[in-house]
Amino acid sequence: MKIAWKKSGHTLYAALTGELDQHCADDARDKLNALLADEKITRAELDMGGVTFMDSSGIGVLLGRYKVLAARGGSMDVKNASRSMERILRMAGVYKLCTKEVGSNEK
Amino acid sequence: MKNELRTSFLSITQNEALARGIAASFCMLLDPTVEELSDVRTSVSEAVTNAIIHGYGRPDGIVDMVLTSDGDELTVEVSDAGMGIEDIELARQPFYTSKPEAERSGMGFAVMEAFMDSVEVSSAVGRGTTVIMKKRFSRDE
Repeated sequence: MKIAWKKSGHTLYAALTGELDQHCADDARDKLNALLADEKITRAELDMGGVTFMDSSGIGVLLGRYKVLAARGGSMDVKNASRSMERILRMAGVYKLCTKEVGSNEK
Repeated sequence: MKNELRTSFLSITQNEALARGIAASFCMLLDPTVEELSDVRTSVSEAVTNAIIHGYGRPDGIVDMVLTSDGDELTVEVSDAGMGIEDIELARQPFYTSKPEAERSGMGFAVMEAFMDSVEVSSAVGRGTTVIMKKRFSRDE
């Protein structure tokens, strides 16, 4: 999993590229955790546009990072999820916790 | 079309991508829509991940995947000879996971059920688990 990122103020913008299954989950988790180790970050915007595959392993990675931010009183946005990813995120109630950004695939 | 493909592979997570790639290639013969293909890839990934993480939890087990097609219906059978599931009904419940510490979401079976037409699970403790999923492809010429 490749993650291109920038930080601006209290916000982390991260664009994920690759596949997000159980095999890749640890790597994605470690990379996101390293970026979120910076305590001043209270908001993350994750761009899933470059993620070509995601199964339910991805839910744990996203919710786990949401918890880190929520513990700081922060929030997380998810954008550009594919149709299939969107269904999985919706089933798991991820959008009840994380804001779906305008500009994500509405299908 | 009647067809069958049998594969066996080691219970390492690298094989999740391999298994869904094989399943997707097999499906191409049935002329699926992009959406149907994506549903199969996701469901196979869930079933194979369960076999690797929960069935074995070690890298030296063998996961069997049998793909069959009959007409426009695909059947995917994923089995392991691992630890088995004590309470299948509980295991299938959304958000239930036996490994919360590993950040597993407990949504594997729910995803398979949502993306395939039917999902059957049989298991014996200490002997292993078999998941049989079916999906009919809707494309008409």
